[in-house]
Amino acid sequence: MFLAVDLISIFVKSIFVDNMIFAYFLGMCSYLAVSKNVKTAIGLGAAVIFVLGITVPINWLLLNGVLKEGGLTWLSPAFAEVDLSFLAFIMFIATIASMVQLVEMIIEKVSPTLYGSLGIFLPLIAVNCSILGGSLFMQERDYTLSEATVFGLGSGVGWLIAIVAIAAIRMKIRYSDVPKPLRGLGITFIITGLMGIAFMSFLGINL
Amino acid sequence: MKFLKEKILEFRPQFEKGGKYEKFHTVFDGFSTFLFTPDHVTHGGTHIKAGIDLKRTMFFVVIAMVPALLFGMYNVGHQHFISNGEFLGYGEGLIDKLIFGAIQVLPLVVVSYGVGLGIEFFIASKKGHAINEGFLVSGLLIPLVMPPAIPLWMVAVATAFAVIFAKEVFGGTGMNILNVALTARVFLFFAYPTFMSGDTVWIADKADAYSGATALANSIAGSPGYSVSDMLMGFIPGSVGETSKIAILIGAAFLILTGIGSWKIMLSVFMGAAFMGLVFNGLALNEFMQVPFYYHFLMGGLVFGAVFMATDPVTAAQTERGKWYYGFLIGLMAVMIRVFNPAYPEGIMLAILFGNVMAPLIDYFVVQANIKRRLARA
Repeated sequence: MFLAVDLISIFVKSIFVDNMIFAYFLGMCSYLAVSKNVKTAIGLGAAVIFVLGITVPINWLLLNGVLKEGGLTWLSPAFAEVDLSFLAFIMFIATIASMVQLVEMIIEKVSPTLYGSLGIFLPLIAVNCSILGGSLFMQERDYTLSEATVFGLGSGVGWLIAIVAIAAIRMKIRYSDVPKPLRGLGITFIITGLMGIAFMSFLGINL
Repeated sequence: MKFLKEKILEFRPQFEKGGKYEKFHTVFDGFSTFLFTPDHVTHGGTHIKAGIDLKRTMFFVVIAMVPALLFGMYNVGHQHFISNGEFLGYGEGLIDKLIFGAIQVLPLVVVSYGVGLGIEFFIASKKGHAINEGFLVSGLLIPLVMPPAIPLWMVAVATAFAVIFAKEVFGGTGMNILNVALTARVFLFFAYPTFMSGDTVWIADKADAYSGATALANSIAGSPGYSVSDMLMGFIPGSVGETSKIAILIGAAFLILTGIGSWKIMLSVFMGAAFMGLVFNGLALNEFMQVPFYYHFLMGGLVFGAVFMATDPVTAAQTERGKWYYGFLIGLMAVMIRVFNPAYPEGIMLAILFGNVMAPLIDYFVVQANIKRRLARA
């Protein structure tokens, strides 16, 4: 019972309070570039949820089973002193890159139209900061495996909500008379800032 | 009136193309159409003829805010005098209270209109557009949502920020995403938190010994600390226009009767807030959750926000079905922030901004669902 409450709290927090976009401004590049259309945004958001939901627990296993000091004791007690955590960055990225490759192949097979509209940004999920950020937060906050999974999924959902909301706003302001120098990215940054203010309503909520 | 009309017709050529004051055409146009119905007509194509235009719409909203403004002036004076222990009765010293309140509130109105309209005039003449009337409403809403003791320069800064970054960068009236008046308030709230919350800012020139805590701040301990009738009538400390629920509801009735404010949004905000309040009453995990749900309507700015800000036709959901979801979301969030978030005693401001951000998405899904349903029927 206590565990379930704890997990729900992490899930909700990672969606709203610690939103990847509005609280940490991570994963901005694809957020800004692929948010012209709600449908594509949903597709990319779903891909991010999938990748985050898989890579964070895999990286957790990697971290606790191999990299951490004493992580290799299951192989032989002689490895108890070995600390490979300096390899964490590169191992995390390797995991993420291979997972993204997998997602890319799946999407190409399942939905060629979505594959076409995501274009270059699908492989770029590999360098999406929110994905690596998710794994690093997991390491920093000492989550358990179940917490890490829930945190990964929640961060993905938060990212999806953010990109879908801004995509809808950008579709709406197509009819707005934005001053010429601000058209495109300029106004998108301003909208992101204003949305960040709206999401500050969650800041400081303790669940 | 006849004199004014003659003067306008006399000076008009100088402001038209080729005239001496061509640069000020937009300013002149703004004033003259404010006073009289313009005589230029559209040529060619199909038009829809309606007696109500932007100017009249905005003016109706301003009229609807007058009861809240007048009561706000009285209450600023009332709170000031009872904090000093004078004129404790509601009717005592009525004139003194009104005068004191007017001295506090009118400068806020003047500053907000002055700064906001100044920027609007400047940008309109730069762009060569006609002046939009959208700021008539925002300019009066801004003083109404400010604490009475706010320094005037802050109002000026916040108004400038809101007009430029929430409105003009999107192209002016009718194009913005966030409510302009709320953007001004939220700007001050995060930039100068000590002037926007706490116990001292809600009463102008408060005596030190008197507690000026709002009903919401008191409620964390389980009770608002004011009687239900005081909260309903508005004899409590708070932002200028938010205290009297009666005055606000008079405005709401006017808005609904004239068809300008959406009753769906107002109702669904109340439903969302009542629902969340009931859920908290059922959970009753801490003292604030045990506050009866209807108190949430009487405390703080929930009613004010629901009537004047959530219904803003530009930033609210545009679809009729979407309005229900939008309002419900706002009510839900408002009560949730109040109870869950100790940092923000008042939730309605951020809840409406959150609703504004989500409104285009709600509309998108409503429209898509409609398309799907129609396709299935065909």
